[in-house]
Amino acid sequence: MTLPRHHPGEALLLDYASGLLAEPVALAIATHLACCPACRHAVAEMEAVGGALLDGLEPEPVAPGSLEAVMARLDRVDARFAAPPARPSRPAATPLFPEPLRRYAGADGRTLRWTPMVPGMSCAVVPVGGAGRSGGTAAKARLMRMRGNLPMPRHTHAGVEITVVLDGGFRDELGAFARGDLSFGDASIDHQPVADPEGCLCLSVTVGPLRLTGAVGRFLNPFLSF
Amino acid sequence: MRPIEREATQAPDAPTLRQVRLVRGGVFAFNAGMSDPASPAADAAPSMDDLLVSVGRDRDRVAFAALFGHFAPRLKAYLRRLGADPVGCEELVQEAMLMVWRRADSFDPRQASASTWIFTIARNKRVDSLRREHRPEIDPDDPALVPDPAEAADRMIEAAQSTARLRDALRTLPPEQAELLHLAYFEDKPHSVIAVERGLPLGTVKSRLRLAMDRLRKALRDEQ
Repeated sequence: MTLPRHHPGEALLLDYASGLLAEPVALAIATHLACCPACRHAVAEMEAVGGALLDGLEPEPVAPGSLEAVMARLDRVDARFAAPPARPSRPAATPLFPEPLRRYAGADGRTLRWTPMVPGMSCAVVPVGGAGRSGGTAAKARLMRMRGNLPMPRHTHAGVEITVVLDGGFRDELGAFARGDLSFGDASIDHQPVADPEGCLCLSVTVGPLRLTGAVGRFLNPFLSF
Repeated sequence: MRPIEREATQAPDAPTLRQVRLVRGGVFAFNAGMSDPASPAADAAPSMDDLLVSVGRDRDRVAFAALFGHFAPRLKAYLRRLGADPVGCEELVQEAMLMVWRRADSFDPRQASASTWIFTIARNKRVDSLRREHRPEIDPDDPALVPDPAEAADRMIEAAQSTARLRDALRTLPPEQAELLHLAYFEDKPHSVIAVERGLPLGTVKSRLRLAMDRLRKALRDEQ
């Protein structure tokens, strides 16, 4: 199994670790993480920093009786979760999509509604609850399928487009992208991706220009190529 | 039970732990016959990691009360910074602590510290409740997950030491770097507002944050 060679970069991983990304963007990052042990390790380190920062926060006294209230609820929690719901049974064959994408799009996206865009290229909206709901973030997740060797129209991005390859691959001015590779496109990138001979299936998340990512990403677009 | 609970509420820090220990006669379940090398000697105050392990393994309510005393006021500070209103915040803190109780058996001190583990719970709670979104996360047992290379397991073993080094590194971080780090983790404001508030050029923000993260990463990996 080959490991990804194109990564989200530090700022996006930090925004993911701190929980500031809109859900569709977080879905793209998490899909890359499922394919990339190195970035998982980076996120674990960033979470460790979050834990140390939490520990160092100036404590704010909780309301009197708060502990008693929680203690009184422990039994109810125990009763409710005494028998944890059985995990969905694992499919016999390894599914094409890793979690968490599988939860949103099924094992391979076939059950979604696909719409042709141009000959050889179609897309399907991935239903993500948070799309357009969080403070003006107009982020949207789609699956895109391209026929082998198909050149896509040359384009740039008004906002941001994050693409994660799920099957097959593509090539553009920045290199070759295969399963798990994440491509970040913004207004500074003007590219013409060409699908590999076996075609390409990818997750594409677009974010409107209003609110690109979390606190850091909004600041640090140049930092993203880190 | 009740006197302990009251003490944990009133004195959230170390004294509470010591008192809890005294009440328990100095013998915590996690110290009795445990072969875990990370466990403190029997005469040392239990660490947060020990308390959380004890909650997970033994459903230890005294340990839970001590965890509450330490973490609930910090969770409140965290959630307040990220936009929870004062009233709703109390309920969110309680829900987060109930989640700690419910999930404690999945805590593995070799992989993360109690602070880190509870940070991820609070972060996800905030995404669920304040943003009304779900947080997409990998499933470590997913057959489609590309597994960690073997060496990652070695790195995990010294989690406790790396937590101590990380705390030291945070303490000695230059104030301007520490401020931006807090911004990255604890503020969810529009770009324009933050820029005006800080009055900093983008390049400065960028380099300070990068320096901070490099330093902390080195501390975690013991490369200093």
